[in-house]
Formats: sequence, structure tokens, C-alpha cells
Amino acid sequence: MSSTTNSPTHHTSTIGSIGTPSRRNTELALLVFAVAIPVFAYANVGLAINEQVPPGLLAYGLGLGLLAGVAHLVVRKFAPYADPLMLPLATLLNGIGLVVIWRLDQSKRLQQSSAYVEAAPRQLLYSAMGVALLVSVLIFLKDHRVLQRYTYISMAGALFLLVLPLVPGLGANIYGAKIWISIPGLGTVQPGEFAKIVLAVFFAGYLMVKRDALALASRRFMGLYLPRGRDLGPILVVWAISILILVFETDLGTSLLFFGMFVIMLYVATERTSWIVFGLLMSAVGAVGVASFEPHIQTRVQAWLDPMGEYLASRSGVSDGVVHSEQAMQALWAFGSGGTLGTGLGQGNSDLIGFAANSDFILATFGEELGLAGVMAILLLYGLIAERGVRTALAARDPFGKLLAVGLSGAFAFQVFVVAGGVMGLIPLTGMTLPFVAYGGSSVIANWALIGILLRISDTARRPAPAPASNPDAEMTQVVRPS
Amino acid sequence: MSELTLTVMRLGFLAVLWLFVIVAVQVIRSDLFGTRVTQRGSRREAGRPQQAARQQSAPPQQRQQAAGGRQRRNAPSKLVVTEGTLTGTTVALQGQTITLGRAHDSTIVLDDDYASSRHARIYPDRDGQWIVEDLGSTNGTYLDRTRLTTPTPIPLGAPIRIGKTVIELRK
Repeated sequence: MSSTTNSPTHHTSTIGSIGTPSRRNTELALLVFAVAIPVFAYANVGLAINEQVPPGLLAYGLGLGLLAGVAHLVVRKFAPYADPLMLPLATLLNGIGLVVIWRLDQSKRLQQSSAYVEAAPRQLLYSAMGVALLVSVLIFLKDHRVLQRYTYISMAGALFLLVLPLVPGLGANIYGAKIWISIPGLGTVQPGEFAKIVLAVFFAGYLMVKRDALALASRRFMGLYLPRGRDLGPILVVWAISILILVFETDLGTSLLFFGMFVIMLYVATERTSWIVFGLLMSAVGAVGVASFEPHIQTRVQAWLDPMGEYLASRSGVSDGVVHSEQAMQALWAFGSGGTLGTGLGQGNSDLIGFAANSDFILATFGEELGLAGVMAILLLYGLIAERGVRTALAARDPFGKLLAVGLSGAFAFQVFVVAGGVMGLIPLTGMTLPFVAYGGSSVIANWALIGILLRISDTARRPAPAPASNPDAEMTQVVRPS
Repeated sequence: MSELTLTVMRLGFLAVLWLFVIVAVQVIRSDLFGTRVTQRGSRREAGRPQQAARQQSAPPQQRQQAAGGRQRRNAPSKLVVTEGTLTGTTVALQGQTITLGRAHDSTIVLDDDYASSRHARIYPDRDGQWIVEDLGSTNGTYLDRTRLTTPTPIPLGAPIRIGKTVIELRK
């Protein structure tokens, strides 16, 4: 924020914040680009698999374009100063995800499986619902600070959503993790995806009030600020809840996500590195502790440490009462056979992964068919969304908005890390969906809502301050000297 | 479908994907620069009075009066920030009132926890002598070592301290 003006012709200078242009036209241009790329990919897949341009190309392009267009018009009307990048980035990811899901639908191998359903039309429907939710967030949430009033209601709501899968009769245990609820006639819903947003509201409202106590009352020890014992309360409670999720819902991903989000927001609110250290220690203790007695987690850890051994055990049909997973190794092979530039869309064999190829393991298909270059680009797109979120937090003027934007984008980035790290074998695999890309209604809908809230905050943050009213006092307090 | 077409499409798709990333980063780049410097003097000369008028916080009367004294010898011609985050900033003194504070419409926007939103102002009196006045700030404005209580004339080169920012008038 510094400048020097020495030129004799320019006599005076003002250093002021930029009167941000609304950037809506930039957004429109990027959106057109973001719709064109998936259409290109769709044609590419059709040509590679069926040797013809897929018949639904026009309908698909129009559908995606319509969704993007509606979202854009609503942003133009209701959030004119919102960030120009988030919507195109999310649209692109959603579009590419749709193409890859459609590509996996075309796989002969997957079509033979008993669990085969045509996923792409459903995913398109979910995307439309997600955009509808984004639109209603932008229309009905005029000011994100309204959410601050519901701090403790959010806490209750989030806990309710988290407990929901454990209610007998409602919860559905699918493949070992109890994070779904089944609603008759509607299918299954993953409440945890929505709890992510509600919980961010609660953390932001809570930390905004308590951050001074958490930041200032501490003792310095070996370069770290150690918080007082009683200030450890909140982090212990959140830790305990995420451990309970881990034990009762046996879902490492959700548990890590919530605890990670809290630690990120705590760090941002208090500027104390010690919270990160505590968070890492506590999550390590918790994960190791639970893994010592929970067989579902043990399988995951085993598949992470020795994917090849698990693969062989599963292939040879060792019956030792433990479920062995082939997928971790298959995903690694998919990445390996993709190489730097990939095999080309529709030309890989990532459908060999079989189960969950289009949801948890969709990144492996990207890895094989687009190669390292493609995966890097996809991860960068996620990184850009997170960056725009943090940028929004920097620009936001109210502390609640700052914390909420950091929490939402932090949770988004953390989720990408947990999924991508799991599929690539960096951390034990957890059953989470890659935002926007993976097949799954709850995930797509919840993430569009998340983008909607971030757009709302960024609109408030980037809106130019109203022109200062001419101050009548300034006119009246001139010095009048008798002369 | 021929191998060549598919290879071209494969590489083309990656290129397009990266092009999108690069375009997105270009958009971010234009967002990075958080402040702008408005050239007031040239604006007025360029004949855009409405903009100049909007950004002028000084009463027009003062400006006219000071115009006579501007050419005096030994009169300071610029204000220099010598300490603080804005170090190096200069503002030419043309007889206009300079406001300092955290408010966004101040002439010099101070990014300083110890500054009030409308902290102080510096203006020429009718003899062309520059005066600094504290606008009821919380942490006070200091000329040399003394805290200001009344509008005070500024000697050349005397440090005016506001929070972590120090400014001086120079010839």
C-alpha cells in the first residue's frame, strides 16, 4: 500500500482502495469458456468410445449452458460485485465431472455389474438442484451477517444432521460407513455434506466472540503460546465429537473434515500456531486410538500401508474374515498408466476399479485419461476456488464474514486434500467425494450452496463503499479570525 | 476414429484446460493490486471536474485563499511519509486540506491499529501557513514530542506522529 508521486505535473495523489469494477462481463466470458471445455471433452469421449459425436452433445451443452446462464444472471442481479472466478471454476469442474461420469457409464465392464445405474442423467439433475440452491441462497440471503444470529441454532442443527445417520430405521449402512440416511422414495442423502456448511456458520459465530480469550490468555513456552487449560474446552469438545463420528459412523473422512475445519478456523481467528500443533497431535492420537479397535478403519490403514498385499489377498480370495480392498492398488495403477499426458479421454481402463469408480475414485480416471498434466490442472482449479475464498476473507470487513469465508473455503480445500490424498495413497483412503466432480447428489448440491454463500460474502466484501456524504460539520468549523 | 485425431484431441483438451487455468490466473492478477493512486492534479486539468469535486474534501474557500500563498518562499511543497507502512509516499501540497485516518476517503489512508478513522487534518490557513489539527483521535497526534490539543502550525521538517506513521513537510 505505498506509492510515490514525484512528478511535477501530478501534484497530489490519493491512496485509496480500488473502486472495484463489478467484473460481471469477465465472469460471463469465463463461463462461456467453462461450458465449452466440457462440451469438447464430451465430443472427445464419444469419438473415442463410439467413433461418433455423441447424439446428446447439443442437449448436454445447452443444459450446462442453461445452468451456468441462470446462475450468472442471478449473480448479475443479486450479487453484482461478487467474485468473477468462483462460478466459472465450479461450472467447469461440474461439467468435466459430468463428462467423466458419462464416460464411465459407457464402460462395458461397469454395465455388467449388478449395481450399474446410468449415473450421468442423475448427476445432471443433481447439478440443476445445486444451481437452484445457489440461486435461492443468493436471492434469500441478502447479507451473510444474518447467519451470525443463528450461531447456536447452527450448532444444534449441525449436531442433528451428524446424528441423523445413526437413528435406527433412518440411517443406512452402505459399504461399512454409516453416513447416509435413506428417505423412502428419494434415495439416500449424506447429511454430513450439509453439516459442513452449517458447522462453518457455528464455528465462525462462536470464534468471533471468543477469539480474544483464546488468543490472548496464554503462556509462552518454547516459542509456542500455550493456551490455558480451560480455553482448551472448545477444541476438546469438537475433538470428542469427531472421535464419536469416527467410532459410531466409522467414517474417517467426515471426522477429519470437521476437526480440520475447526483447527483451520481457530488458527485464523487467534493467529496462534500452537492450535495447529495441538490439532495435529490430537487428530493423530484420536486416529491411532480408534484405529486400534475399529476393523473398518484398520482395513483402510492396511490398504494404505500395503496396497499390493491387499490386492493380492483379495484376488486370491484369502478368507480370514477381513474385507480386502483391490481399489487402492487399482487406483495407483490407473495413475501410473496415465503417465504425464494420459491415455486420452475414453481410452483408459480405469473402469477396472469397478465399484465407486465414478464417485470416490473418480480422480483415478482423471489420472489415467488426462495424465499428470490433467490432474494438476484439476487440482489447480480446486486451488483457485480455495484461493478466491481466502481472498474473499481478506477483503471482507466484518470478522464473521472473514471467518465464515475461511471456514468454508478451508473445508472445501481440506476435502479435496482428503479425497485426492486418499486416492493417490498419501493418506489412508476415506469415503469422501471430490467436490463437484464425483457422482453424488448431496455433495454436488451442498457444494453449490457453499459457492453461493462465498459469492454472497464476496459481493459484500468487494462492493465499493458508498460515496462519503458531504460532511456538514466540515463546512461549519472553519476558523474565523478577526482581522 | 484415427489415432491421429484422438491424439490431437487429447493434447488439445489438456491445452484448453491449462489455458483456462492461465486465464483464471490473469483475472486474479488484476485483482491483486489493492490500492490505486488517484492523480488529483491531473484529473482537474484533464477537465473532469465532477470526479475532482467528489474527491476533494477541502472546502473550496480554503483552496482559493491558499492559492495566493502557494508561491511563497520557504513554504513546504510536499508532505512525505517517513515511517510506517506508507513510507515513501509523498503528497504535493497545493493548498488543499489533507486528511489522515483509517477512513477510506482520507487523503492518506492509514492502515494502523492506533489510528482513528478520521485522525487528523493538515490544512493551510489564510496566510499559507500549514496547520495540523487533531480531529479528536483516540491515541492523539504528536508534533515532535508534544501531543496536540489545538490546531498548531507545522515547522518545516518537524515530525508529525500518528500511531506508527510519521510524516513531515518538506520544501
